[in-house]
Amino acid sequence: MKYVHEYRDPALARTLADQLARQTTRPWTIMEVCGGQTHAIVKFGIDELLPPGVTLVHGPGCPVCVTPVGLIDQALTLAARPEVILCSFGDMLRVPGTQRDLLHAKAAGADVRLVYAPLDAVQLAAANPQREIVFFAVGFETTAPATALAVLQANRLGLENFSLLVAHVRVPPAMETLLASPNNRVQGFLAAGHVCSVMGCEEYEPIARRHRVPIVVTGFEPLDILQGVSRCIAQLEAGKHEVENQYARAVRPEGNLPARQLLQEVFEFVPRCWRGLGELPASGLGLRKAYVRFDAEKRFGLTCTVAEPASECIAGLVLQGIKKPHECPAFGTRCTPEAPLGAPMVSTEGACAAYYRYRRPLVPLAQS
Amino acid sequence: MTEPFIDCPRPHGSDRVLLAHGGGRLLQRLVERIFVPAFANSLLDARHDGAVFPAGSGRLAFTTDAYVVRPLFFPGGDIGKLAVCGAVNDLAMCGAKPLYLSAAFILEEGFSLETLERVVASVRDTAAAAGVQIVTGDTKVVERGKGDGLYLTTSGIGRIEHDLTVAPASVRPGDVVLLSGDLGRHGIAIVAAREELALESPVLSDCAPLNGLVESLLQAGIEVHCLRDLTRGGLATALIEIAGTAGLRIHIDESAVPVAEPVRGLCELLGFDPLYLANEGRLIAFVPGAQAEDTLQVLRAHPLGEDAQRIGEVRAGDPGRVTMTSAIGATRILDLLTGEQLPRIC
Repeated sequence: MKYVHEYRDPALARTLADQLARQTTRPWTIMEVCGGQTHAIVKFGIDELLPPGVTLVHGPGCPVCVTPVGLIDQALTLAARPEVILCSFGDMLRVPGTQRDLLHAKAAGADVRLVYAPLDAVQLAAANPQREIVFFAVGFETTAPATALAVLQANRLGLENFSLLVAHVRVPPAMETLLASPNNRVQGFLAAGHVCSVMGCEEYEPIARRHRVPIVVTGFEPLDILQGVSRCIAQLEAGKHEVENQYARAVRPEGNLPARQLLQEVFEFVPRCWRGLGELPASGLGLRKAYVRFDAEKRFGLTCTVAEPASECIAGLVLQGIKKPHECPAFGTRCTPEAPLGAPMVSTEGACAAYYRYRRPLVPLAQS
Repeated sequence: MTEPFIDCPRPHGSDRVLLAHGGGRLLQRLVERIFVPAFANSLLDARHDGAVFPAGSGRLAFTTDAYVVRPLFFPGGDIGKLAVCGAVNDLAMCGAKPLYLSAAFILEEGFSLETLERVVASVRDTAAAAGVQIVTGDTKVVERGKGDGLYLTTSGIGRIEHDLTVAPASVRPGDVVLLSGDLGRHGIAIVAAREELALESPVLSDCAPLNGLVESLLQAGIEVHCLRDLTRGGLATALIEIAGTAGLRIHIDESAVPVAEPVRGLCELLGFDPLYLANEGRLIAFVPGAQAEDTLQVLRAHPLGEDAQRIGEVRAGDPGRVTMTSAIGATRILDLLTGEQLPRIC
């Protein structure tokens, strides 16, 4: 397939790997920010091609994973109301709240629906004027413009029965937080290509400068990732810390201006709580005053619930790249995709799910 | 931020049926927990597409399947064609010649008779094409809102006309795995129809009766060890189930697995893995390595096997394990999905 096959060529991958081996003189630790990249790395075995000493650690770029339990509990509270149809993306429905997940709520009678796009939820609202449609809006800057579009559309249609539980988050504050942590061991970043296709590269310049880390905006295919690592290591070896764009076929320096305008129109920066990272200033997107009537938290008078502190899940450490999924004692035993302790084992972008699905230690199926 | 928050709650066991129980590991668990212990017997233990048992001087195969597809009509097929192909193919995968089917219709109050006639005509035509007869049936009507228009269940009986035991237990180290054609057409056709995706080139379901293809293998004298039609759960699920039942390791090569461009394109867009997409007219065959080329020739000579490929082999050790050489040459495992595949978020 055009623009995919070329980036999975085994001979070129080998060439890039050889080049990497030649250019690397000492150990380096690089974080790929996005969960989509994590899955590509584990699925294709890209890390097996890296020279010894080069470590890829997995970042917090999985929207489902970083959504805190408190917000999921709010979604469950809303779904329990008879007038509400709660909509979200598939993965979000499987993440456990304090008591249960949304799919179990659905099986017990709640009207929970999987949608492919936020505009589907607007259509649902227009078609069901007697019901309250709540869209549980998760995702980074990549998905937020589609949510903004849904808000504008609902506004245009004058819908009174459409609202959002907004969980949108921004990548740069999370990177800043990781770099500022005394536990940090990340020396360079592969920035999330899809996020940058919307936001561009500019907001990463101050991070690279301030923390003296190279940041390479990187795509998702095996050759993209190998090249991203190669460029990052080239900078590290040369003592540089610049923002580079490996994914130029999709990312313009200024990003996608119409999408950014949509974000600007509908959302403003707000503090947001992240699973594993705590509350980060200006790390979330909240509805601007002009659209606050679409805010489900206000419409339904929701209060922020405090999550239950329990369990042996180390999602926080995994999301910061401090621990790898298989270093968790519960991995693959007490925590599996069927009975997850935490969100990274649920989401198709979660690091734990990637390790479970592609790299589980070889145990007979009957025991798994 | 020295002490990260740890705020993942405990997991929640299922005391109800979830939609996710319709496939993958949750379905496997459901079957093992509820059905297998209740019905335990040697025929069921074979864990095959149908049961094979002695009858008189020969052997018969018996199978049943229920169909709840939405929409009822989709590019390349409909629920009637699907139900006949499903029963015929399950019998064929036992190495049997399908003979007779039953059909049970559950109709929802208010369902259009004209639509019912179209479905019945499709059942008739597909049965004729497969050379089987619908010899018994049943009809029930449920209240409006209690059924999705039409549910259809077919059962089938076939006769085994050779001495081979075509079953997962017959798979041996050294066998090769052959795939009869490209993957994922049915799954993509259904998703596209359900979500009204406007595709540049429409993808048609591969839905087809495979008994003719199987018969050509048996008539050519191929020592067929095991056959499996790739339905819900796709190639990966079929391989994992067979590796588990046979107690062997199966290794495949990703780059040898054919996937048509439009299917691959949509998979990339939606975040689906073609290895897990449903098919309704594809099979995998396990045959001795020495017969790999002969088998490929026989498959490719049949219209439903033109794109047949050798995709892997069976190895000793690591019982129940399926591994794959990835497109860039690394090795990984293939695992059951938890439930159905879901579209990606971004």
